[in-house]
Amino acid sequence: MKTYEIELNLNCESCKVEVTAQETLLEVLRKKLNATEVKNGCAKGDCGACAVILDGMAVNSCLTLALQADGKEVVTVKGIGTEEEPHPLQESFVEHGAVQCGFCTPGMLVTARSFLDRHPTSSREEIRQAISGNLCRCTGYKKIIDAIEKVAETKDK
Amino acid sequence: MKELNIIGKSIGRHDAKDKVLGMTKYADDFSMPGMLYGKALWSKYPAANILSINTSKAFALPGVKAVLTAKDVPNNEIVTRMGQTHKVKGIFSFEGLYRVLADKRVHFLGEAVALVAAETEEIAEEARDLIEVQYEPLPGVFNELEALKPEAFWVQEGTDNTVTHYYLTRGDVEKGFGESDVIVENAYHVPFVDTAYIEPESGVAWVDDNGVITIRVATQVIEHFRDVAEALGINHNRVRVIAPYIGGGFGGKEDVTVEIYLALLAQKTRRPVKMTWTREESILSHCKRHPFAMFYKTAAKKDGRLTALQVKLVANGGAYVTLTPWVLLYALADAAGPYRIPNVKAEGLGVLTNNTFASANRGFGGIQPCFAYESQMDELAKRLGMEPLEIRRINYIEKGETLSTTGQIIETHVALPQTAEKAWEAVGEKSSPCSANTKIGRGVASGMIGYGRLIVLHDTSRASVQVELDGSVVVRSGIQDIGGGQASSLCQIAAEVLGVPYEDVRIYFGDTAQTPLAGTTTATRQLYMSGNATLNAAKEVRKRLLTKAGEMMETGTEDLEIRDKKIFVKGSPGTSLSLAVVAKACASDGIPLSHEALFKGPFRDVTEFKTLEGKLFPDFTFGSIAAEVAVDEDTGKVEVLKLASCFDVGKAINRASVEGQMEGAAIYGMGYALSEEVMVENGYTLSPSLSEYLLPTSLDVPDVKTIILESGTGLGPFGAKGIGEPALCPVAPAIVNAIQDAVGVRIYELPATPERILMAMQRRNVQENKGGHFEVK
Repeated sequence: MKTYEIELNLNCESCKVEVTAQETLLEVLRKKLNATEVKNGCAKGDCGACAVILDGMAVNSCLTLALQADGKEVVTVKGIGTEEEPHPLQESFVEHGAVQCGFCTPGMLVTARSFLDRHPTSSREEIRQAISGNLCRCTGYKKIIDAIEKVAETKDK
Repeated sequence: MKELNIIGKSIGRHDAKDKVLGMTKYADDFSMPGMLYGKALWSKYPAANILSINTSKAFALPGVKAVLTAKDVPNNEIVTRMGQTHKVKGIFSFEGLYRVLADKRVHFLGEAVALVAAETEEIAEEARDLIEVQYEPLPGVFNELEALKPEAFWVQEGTDNTVTHYYLTRGDVEKGFGESDVIVENAYHVPFVDTAYIEPESGVAWVDDNGVITIRVATQVIEHFRDVAEALGINHNRVRVIAPYIGGGFGGKEDVTVEIYLALLAQKTRRPVKMTWTREESILSHCKRHPFAMFYKTAAKKDGRLTALQVKLVANGGAYVTLTPWVLLYALADAAGPYRIPNVKAEGLGVLTNNTFASANRGFGGIQPCFAYESQMDELAKRLGMEPLEIRRINYIEKGETLSTTGQIIETHVALPQTAEKAWEAVGEKSSPCSANTKIGRGVASGMIGYGRLIVLHDTSRASVQVELDGSVVVRSGIQDIGGGQASSLCQIAAEVLGVPYEDVRIYFGDTAQTPLAGTTTATRQLYMSGNATLNAAKEVRKRLLTKAGEMMETGTEDLEIRDKKIFVKGSPGTSLSLAVVAKACASDGIPLSHEALFKGPFRDVTEFKTLEGKLFPDFTFGSIAAEVAVDEDTGKVEVLKLASCFDVGKAINRASVEGQMEGAAIYGMGYALSEEVMVENGYTLSPSLSEYLLPTSLDVPDVKTIILESGTGLGPFGAKGIGEPALCPVAPAIVNAIQDAVGVRIYELPATPERILMAMQRRNVQENKGGHFEVK
């Protein structure tokens, strides 16, 4: 099958990778770039577990062709913070008990990060709207919204 | 331990820290060099004879390393177990057939027929599609009531469709009905639903350099290693199962999923093999919650006291027995709810149909009857002109009384009246409707589910606790962590007992070869069972440390305390020995710094059963849910405005985790009430994706209010009870009761979709109150 070389910036590192026209960004991230922190929950755009930030916007990487990411910046949950310097959202999720099984967490966090970057002083209802494409089966969403709201409030001050 | 430093607090879980950083390696995140990809070929008919299977084209495809069918499985038919080591034999049959691959016949859409392993996932898929299966379709039977008819199609060869048939009688129902002033008789139905965890089934298997088939898999039951060994015809010690952190369980990863397929492929190819199901495969092939048809006749006196209950439950088990006998046993035991009813006659039937098999799902047989009995309570209240809270208060069982079905004596505190009142208070005054065609209603429901496994299973759990020479602590326990904080709560317990910070405890879990077996992560049992095992192990290590410290400090051990990794005389923390110094002293004197404890639940032998009378569960968790809904009278759409959950959890070990269980359960139950149904038509699943199978999203849910009561009377560590499943039980009836309060119609069939509500509202005008029922399809 014909392949194409694409170059993308993954969590501040430049990567070159051979992809086919059919491959999704999710497949390439997980299988070729070892970015297994990006989760596959449905591969159909229904659950949001595979969300990444593509040039500033959260997208479902299962609905994005790898070719579409050529020349772009991709941020996964590993790119928003580290053990030494966690993002306030990451700390807030732990503090608020917003993580149970954690499988939706990477997608939830990048969606929240991308949203707060653009709307730093969002209300609870706006946060609810922002994460409505990310399914969580464990938490009932309350603690996730609490955790994001706390960071939104802090940014406000 | 009087003063608690770590237990009872909201601890930021160590696994959460790894999960937010994207560091956790779930089952599908793990790969090995030279790994192959496995795929299963699923049946394309719900019922058909297999005339022939031709795998030659598939095997000839370059890159294909193995194609297996039933004839390649050494023991294709084994007995379904769920990790228990105790053989349960009595007058009821509890164990069913597990068939690895379909051979002569397929019994449900999504039954595995063949397996493929290939160099890439794409080749494996292509090879799977090249397998030629000739089928002869059979009529099949799909509805549980149809399947019971004498002329019904038999789902499994050589046996009729009845899996289980239980009876229970206490008192005299005819006398009870005779004494009553009001009788309410209704039929209810609940559908197939999916666990819909966000992580689909996945695992990797390989043969290690010790000749052991090792399977790293998303499972709630690592002790399926025995089932794998039996299917492969090898010794138990030749299979090792490792469970990493799991992306949700809810009972769906309790049965065997990919384990045996992976073991067969790895053994055949001698290469590591990964198999991960797509969402569609997951919905088609893994277990569903049992649909139940429930026939309830409940009677009460004018003063509200219940006098009799007659109930018949028919559970649709799908095509294989799996856990149907157990689910039905829970359902029958819970059929009267937490109420005092002197005369009860109950019958339960578990039935095979040509649907995806039904098995465990959070709430395990406790949730279906709760929808029925709590609907009945509201209907009785309405007929008697009583408030929902009042009729319940009059009838709640109390400590020392017996369960109305099985007669089990309730041995711990029952906080039901408080839970109902507090949940109701939390919902508060009725909200104002946002438009003229919107009606507001409030509802309440109570429920109970046992925590810990049925005592006939002779459940045990083991954990070991070890202090290192620097005073840090290691816990080892073969638990599976499915996201409820199973691992972190054991760390908290060890930290509390040994006086070390939570961060100084590391845990190894979920490995049949390396961690002491701790049983299944099911039945709301891990905190109770493995929590006690960890507590006992930690106490023994603590005793050794204090004894040594007492010698070193020349004081009695009873005067000593450990906190912040220091041992000191109570009241004078100034003079202390570090835990490290004492640990080193123990080591140099040959005093073991680790201890493994085994905790036993109560045991009973099933051979005593004539009916299902007597003690079945170690204990129960009781609580209530209250809901407020807005119902649009034009569209039938329901919005849940408020949900409040109040349970007696005994003792909250990690407060945030307990709240998380209660909030999550409330929303899981809201989905059951309003939107979730695996639509099946003649055995064909019509909703095999998350765009058709509708989970609540962040826009659908209210902020759940949680009220935690702590009676301290649970059987778990520090008096804890289990909460994961019980918190789900009364959600759906609370919401359906609120819908009734809003628009005056009772919904007898879940989910309470806008269509069903509108139809019920249309019928309301033409139908007298003659007793309601669901529509038999």
